[in-house]
Amino acid sequence: MKAFTTLDGLVVPIDRSNVDTDAIIPKQFLKSIRRTGFGPNLFDAWRYLDEGQPEQDNSKRPLNPDFVLNQPRYRGAQVLLARENFGCGSSREHAPWALDDYGIRALVAPSFADIFYNNCFKNGVLPIVLPADVVDGLFRDVAASPGYRLRIDLAAQTVITPSGASHGFSVDEFRKYCLLNGLDEIGLTLRHADEIRAYEARRAQREPWIFGGAA
Amino acid sequence: MNPLSLYEKLWQAHVVREEPDGTALIYIDRHLVHEVTSPQAFEGLRMAGRALWRRDSILATADHNTPTTDQKVIADPVSRLQVSTLDQNCRDYHITEFPMGDHRQGIVHVIGPEQGATLPGMTVVCGDSHTSTHGAFAALAMGIGTSEVEHVLATQTLLARKSKTMQVQVEGSLPRGVTAKDVALAIIGHIGTAGGTGHAIEFSGSAIRSLSMEGRMTLCNMAIEAGARAGMVAVDETTIAYLKGRPFAPGAAQWDAAVAYWRTLHSDEGARFDRVVTLDASRIEPLVTWGTSPEMVTTVGGRVPDPAAESDATRREGMERALRYMALQPGTAITDIAIDKVFIGSCTNSRIEDLRAAAAVVKGRKVAANVKLALVVPGSGLVKSAAEAEGLDRIFIEAGFEWRNPGCSMCLGMNDDRLSPGERCASTSNRNFEGRQGAGSRTHLVSPQMAAAAAVSGHFADVRSFLN
Repeated sequence: MKAFTTLDGLVVPIDRSNVDTDAIIPKQFLKSIRRTGFGPNLFDAWRYLDEGQPEQDNSKRPLNPDFVLNQPRYRGAQVLLARENFGCGSSREHAPWALDDYGIRALVAPSFADIFYNNCFKNGVLPIVLPADVVDGLFRDVAASPGYRLRIDLAAQTVITPSGASHGFSVDEFRKYCLLNGLDEIGLTLRHADEIRAYEARRAQREPWIFGGAA
Repeated sequence: MNPLSLYEKLWQAHVVREEPDGTALIYIDRHLVHEVTSPQAFEGLRMAGRALWRRDSILATADHNTPTTDQKVIADPVSRLQVSTLDQNCRDYHITEFPMGDHRQGIVHVIGPEQGATLPGMTVVCGDSHTSTHGAFAALAMGIGTSEVEHVLATQTLLARKSKTMQVQVEGSLPRGVTAKDVALAIIGHIGTAGGTGHAIEFSGSAIRSLSMEGRMTLCNMAIEAGARAGMVAVDETTIAYLKGRPFAPGAAQWDAAVAYWRTLHSDEGARFDRVVTLDASRIEPLVTWGTSPEMVTTVGGRVPDPAAESDATRREGMERALRYMALQPGTAITDIAIDKVFIGSCTNSRIEDLRAAAAVVKGRKVAANVKLALVVPGSGLVKSAAEAEGLDRIFIEAGFEWRNPGCSMCLGMNDDRLSPGERCASTSNRNFEGRQGAGSRTHLVSPQMAAAAAVSGHFADVRSFLN
C-alpha cells in the first residue's frame, strides 16, 4: 500500500450529503477485473452528459460544465471536501480506487459511511472527520477563494488552512501506523499465524460444525 | 456476571488478538464470494504468492452479472469475463461454487442461508454491503471491501474494531398488509440512513420474534441502509427450525450440541446498548420511498413532502434535488404516482415468502396497461423451483409478469435488466439512489405485496384494500 504522510493539496467541494458509492463509481464500471483505470469514471453520471460505458474513450465524451470536477479552478484537486455520510451504500472498493486513480489522496467530511471509511485506509487514501461547523466553514472558504488548499499532516493529525488555522482530527493508532508506513496488512497479520491456528484449534473443540463443508 | 448483548457475545467469541488501541483480529467462519468484488483479491493473492487459508470456509456463486433470461452464455463480453474469472479462481483454489446453470445458484445472500451455510454464532463476510442479511441467524455478518476479501482469503481474519451497539425494539403486532420491508423502511425513516453508522443493530421485540426467517433476513438486509454494517436477531425456535436438515448445517451427530450453543445467542437480561430505539408495530403502515435515499419515505396514504417546510438548508437542497431527479411535485398523493416498471426480486425480497405474498395480490388480476414490464426474479434456483411447485409462476405469468431466472437483476442492473432514463419503478430492492437501476432511473422502494398492488393498478396503491 501507498504511504500517506503529509499533503498540501487543492480542495474540491462536493456540496451534498449522503453521496453514495453508486454515484462515486456507477455499476457498469464494476465489471472490470482490474484495480486501476477507474479515475476517468469517478462521479461518471454527474461528470458527463452521456451515459458512460466500460472501456470507452472518455476524452471524447460531453462534459457537464456545472459539475465541480469539470471547473478549471478545481483541476488537479487532491483533497475532496464532502458532507455527511459520504460513501454510503455499496461496499465496492472501486469507489476509493476511482478517487485514488483520479488523484484524490484525502477526504474531509463531518461523517463517512463505515465500509467506505475502512476501504479508504486500505488504499492509502485518508478520510478525515471534522466537526460539521468546521466543514461548513471550509465549504464557505473554498467557494470564496480560488486555489484554496489544505495542508494535512497525518503524524500530527492536523488539517491546516491557508490562514494558519489548525484543526485536529482523530485516527486509530493502528491505521495511522499502517498508513504512515505504507504497510501490507496481510503481511502484518500473517506474523500472527500461530495465534490464528491456536484459535482455530480451540474453536474446533467448541464448535466442530463450523469446520468442514456440506454434510 | 456482566450481562452481555448478542453483539458482544459474538465479538468476544471471535477475537484472536487485540492491539493496544482496540484494533482486533477477528476470526471469520464463513466467507461468501461473488464475481464482482473478488477478482482483484484473488489476483493480489497470486501476485504475493500467498496460499488460501481455509477453502472450506468459502462458498462462491455468480449473481450480479447473471442474465435472468434463458441465455446460456452472457452476451456482454465484460460481464462474461468477470463471471468466467470467478469460475477459474474457484477451480484453481478448489472452492465450492454454484456456477451459472447450477440449480443452487442464486443471490449470495439468498443461497447462504438456504444451504445452511450461514449458522448462528458465525462471523460471515462477503464483498457486498448486504451481507448484513445473515445477521438474521444471530451471526455477526458484515460487508467488506476487496482488500478485506483478500485479507480473509489469506488469513481467515479481519482487522476490526468493536462497534457501538444499538437496540431497535419493535413491539406489538404488525397490521395486515405490513411486512418486514415496511418495518425496515420505517426504522430507516426514523433514524436516517446514517443513524446506525458505527453501530451494530440488534432487532428485538415481539414484532421481530413473530417474523419468519425470511422476514428477519429482509430486515437485517436493510440494516446497512440505516448505516449499520451489521444487523442481527437473537436465536429462537424459528431460527432452529429453519436450519434443520439444510446441506451445510450440522448433521445428526452434532445437531444437539450446536442447538444447545445456539440457544445462548441472545442478549442477556440487563445488557446495555449505546442507543435504544423503540417502534410501535401497530402504527407502521405500508411505505413507499419518494426520493433518492431510503430515508426519504412516507406512507402509501401520504403525499410527496414539500422541501419548503424543511428548515435545515442542506437537507432542503437534498430534498429539492431528489424531487427534481424523481420528477415529482410536492403535495402529490403517493397513490397518484404512475409507474412504468415493476421489479420483484433482490437480496432484500426474493425469497419464497416474498413471492407468495406478491402472488396472493396478483392472483386473478392483470398487470395494468401502462406498466411496460413487470419482472419476478426469484433469489435462487431453489426458490424458483419451490415457487413453481406451488404454481406461483403460473399466477405471475397469467397476470402478465415475466418469470425469470435467479440473480441480482434490476436491483442494480449489472446484467441486461435495467430501467431506461426517466422510467419509474416500483421495486422490492434496497436502494433508490440516483442511477441505481439504470442511468436516469427512478426507483420507489416497496414491499413485494405493495409492488404487486402497484403492478395491477398502474400506480401505487394501498395493498390493504386488496387483502380480504
